[in-house]
Amino acid sequence: MAWDLSSDRPIFIQIIERIQMDIVSGKYNAGEKLPSVRELAAEAAVNPNTMQKALSELERTGLVYTQRTSGRYITEDEAMIAGLREKLAREKVTEFLESMKRLNYQPDEIVPMITEREETQ
Amino acid sequence: MTSLLECRNLTKRYENKTALSDINLDLTAGHIVGLLGPNGSGKTTLIKLINGLLYPTEGSVRVKGHEIGVESKRVVSYLPDHMFLNDNRKIKYILSYFSDFFEDFDSAKAYEMLGRLGIDSEAKLRTLSKGTKEKVHLILAMSRRAELYVLDEPIAGVDPAARDYILNTILTGYNEQATILISTHLITDIENILDEVIFLQHGQIRLHATVDEIRQREGKSVDTLFREVFRC
Repeated sequence: MAWDLSSDRPIFIQIIERIQMDIVSGKYNAGEKLPSVRELAAEAAVNPNTMQKALSELERTGLVYTQRTSGRYITEDEAMIAGLREKLAREKVTEFLESMKRLNYQPDEIVPMITEREETQ
Repeated sequence: MTSLLECRNLTKRYENKTALSDINLDLTAGHIVGLLGPNGSGKTTLIKLINGLLYPTEGSVRVKGHEIGVESKRVVSYLPDHMFLNDNRKIKYILSYFSDFFEDFDSAKAYEMLGRLGIDSEAKLRTLSKGTKEKVHLILAMSRRAELYVLDEPIAGVDPAARDYILNTILTGYNEQATILISTHLITDIENILDEVIFLQHGQIRLHATVDEIRQREGKSVDTLFREVFRC
């Protein structure tokens, strides 16, 4: 099944986000080997050069690294992955607060709603 | 980087009508390129010039530095926009014919793709539906180990499931050094597998950019941009 990519944003950025999410959510573990560019491109149903570009960018940030002969691996730096997880979580919170603001909710109204929602689950 | 395909001031006129006007185009190895444009914009004319079915009125086309001819045809695999095979032949005969004709034809790969799409090689071509015939033609074109694939409307008559399989075959099966030039109207279906797109309009190149450049700059898909540029 092809990855669900939106049609109005650059593909390589969406690939980066998707792989970051896969790392943070534990689909890929620290130190694990990534599939080849070609396999990932086929899985995502995207152009291999675009996949290559996304992986190079992930490499530049240090989240993945290349071992010259054997392929690409997820970083073994667990602290880096934890840091990314927190960064992504903060972005989600910001997005959420922005939508709540558009609905005219104040922060002090939002917190009780979250607590209530958690309790009824 | 040297060009795989090079068009210089390429012009084609049919009597008084200019089909292509002063096209300058370079394609390098290892890319999947969409050739997009409304009906009558010159897509098929350009493709026929690359394959030697038409001759330029002015300017030149070269493949790996060669004029169009035996040397260029050796490395270009061409899928025309119409059926060209003898309808009374069995598919396996057509495969052996291709295998005799093209030294880069990979029979094993062709049989594998036929199998995956559930096409019986013992069947005569005329017994197949229009969509299945198109699949056979595309399989033949993609089973050559070519350096440049030129596909004129390859997926138009094919159902969405087979389309996915075919696109996947293109992604996994082609040599990374090869370039694929695909003309199509079905932009949404292939947008994600393209590196770059060429918009043709009235026989001229209106735009030549990568898909991500377009999305970054315009904040919209290539399909949406196409609909805006060519609004009727």
